[in-house]
Amino acid sequence: MLKIARISKSFKKVEALKDVTFEVENGEIFGVVGPDGAGKTTLFNILVTLINPDKGSASINGFNIDKDYKKIREVIGYLPGQFSLYPDLSCYENLDFFATLYGNSIEENYELIQPIWSQLEPFKDRRAGRLSGGMKQKLALCCALVHRPQVLFLDEPTTGVDPVSRREFWSILKEIKKEGITVLVSTPYMDEATLCDRVGLMQNGELLKIGSPENIVAEFSGLLFALRASEMYPLLEKFKNLSGNIHYYPFGQQLHIAVSHEADVGLLYDFVKEIGYGLLDLQQITPSIEDCFIQLMAY
Amino acid sequence: MNSIVVKNLTKKFGDFTAVNNISFEVKKGEVFGFLGANGAGKTTAMKILCGLLKPTFGEAYIAGYNAFTEGKKIRENIGYMSQRFSLYEDMKVWENIELFGTIYKVKKSILKERIKRVIQRLNMQSYADELVGSLPLGQKQKLAFATALIHEPKIVFLDEPTSGVDPIVRREFWELIYETAAKDVTVFTTTHYMDEAEYCNRICIMAEGSVQLIGNPEELKRRMRVNNMDELFCKFVKR
Repeated sequence: MLKIARISKSFKKVEALKDVTFEVENGEIFGVVGPDGAGKTTLFNILVTLINPDKGSASINGFNIDKDYKKIREVIGYLPGQFSLYPDLSCYENLDFFATLYGNSIEENYELIQPIWSQLEPFKDRRAGRLSGGMKQKLALCCALVHRPQVLFLDEPTTGVDPVSRREFWSILKEIKKEGITVLVSTPYMDEATLCDRVGLMQNGELLKIGSPENIVAEFSGLLFALRASEMYPLLEKFKNLSGNIHYYPFGQQLHIAVSHEADVGLLYDFVKEIGYGLLDLQQITPSIEDCFIQLMAY
Repeated sequence: MNSIVVKNLTKKFGDFTAVNNISFEVKKGEVFGFLGANGAGKTTAMKILCGLLKPTFGEAYIAGYNAFTEGKKIRENIGYMSQRFSLYEDMKVWENIELFGTIYKVKKSILKERIKRVIQRLNMQSYADELVGSLPLGQKQKLAFATALIHEPKIVFLDEPTSGVDPIVRREFWELIYETAAKDVTVFTTTHYMDEAEYCNRICIMAEGSVQLIGNPEELKRRMRVNNMDELFCKFVKR
């Protein structure tokens, strides 16, 4: 179990983390979701004992990040956002190196990495620096898992990765969870929040919200509507004339419209009619995590 | 009228075919989304269209100029915003705009006016004297976009412009794209966000160097009988 209590960290004038508190249960996939600059990497670097917080404390399975940092390093695996393996060693040599570093052998936990390693095996003698992006990442994941960690930290493993490869990566994470490993994963993609058991939504060094994706969606305040737009730009221009406590923003091919007070719904219907839409074009919808994030950020 | 015409375009690196016989046209003022898996050949194709790389064979005309022989002309007539590096972090906001304006030979008197306009449009009056490195990522990306347009090009190429940007700034960014397209500037963009693919007038999905699918997002979804862009994408970019 991870306990993070009131952690703050500043770099010169920038407050990277402001009083961050949350807990992660054993065996869950916990997502830290937020844009670049939210503080995700700083948080991970503190938890994997690479840097110290200015204030606050944290423990991983009972070990304190300050006093017991050596113990923590034994029980965690870490996949950094930047490729950090030895480019001049072969795939096999990298894996063997990391296993040995933890006093293990590849064979000991082979079962755990086998599904991922089997895809790399044809290239096992190739230098790690000469692999494709996707393969590099799979090798890095093998190296982070080869000592069977209790907690696995993955810092933005899917950033810049196409939707198909992202799906594939998340199915690997589900398999890792089945092995009883706790997974902390950070991502800037809001849609990936729904693939986690629980998430923390982060922005400007603060946790805006913590909970299961279902709970976060349930706590969306007010009503959300979607209006189908054949052309978004002219529609946005028209909406600039709408009054009342109503927020709107494009969402794919629809305009999402959040109405804080039920009393304003009539106002919205009248407005939509006025700009030449039928009432059937406007539908109440269930918010996504991205809608919730926008609400938490902006209004 | 077409801003980009690509016909049977192919690029080989030794034995490897990065771009394989692709053809498409992009209309003036269109927002065109260029999608595909990592390694599908998007970057190579984009480099050719920006006049940075000579194709092996086929035809490519960008703003009327030939990609085989008129690379320099193409570069003068387009704007380009790369994914990461596009501004100088240790120069001030206005200095960055001025630098790019000068590189693109915008007349001094006109440039001064344009810098003012850009800073106003982005609501960056209070940042104008700050170093670009101190800006939040979203502001940097919006500034990079405006800077790519400083010489009023006919076409602007954007390579994953909103990667990692927060959901609100991402939308503000797209409003800038719409505004630009409404002025008849062609916008050619790549993205990994599928909701952004829907903001495009047309999209092109690439896989293994070839064009798999091209058309209006709504029509493509209907034609392929899928519920959303994510499904559409995954259907055509199988592994």
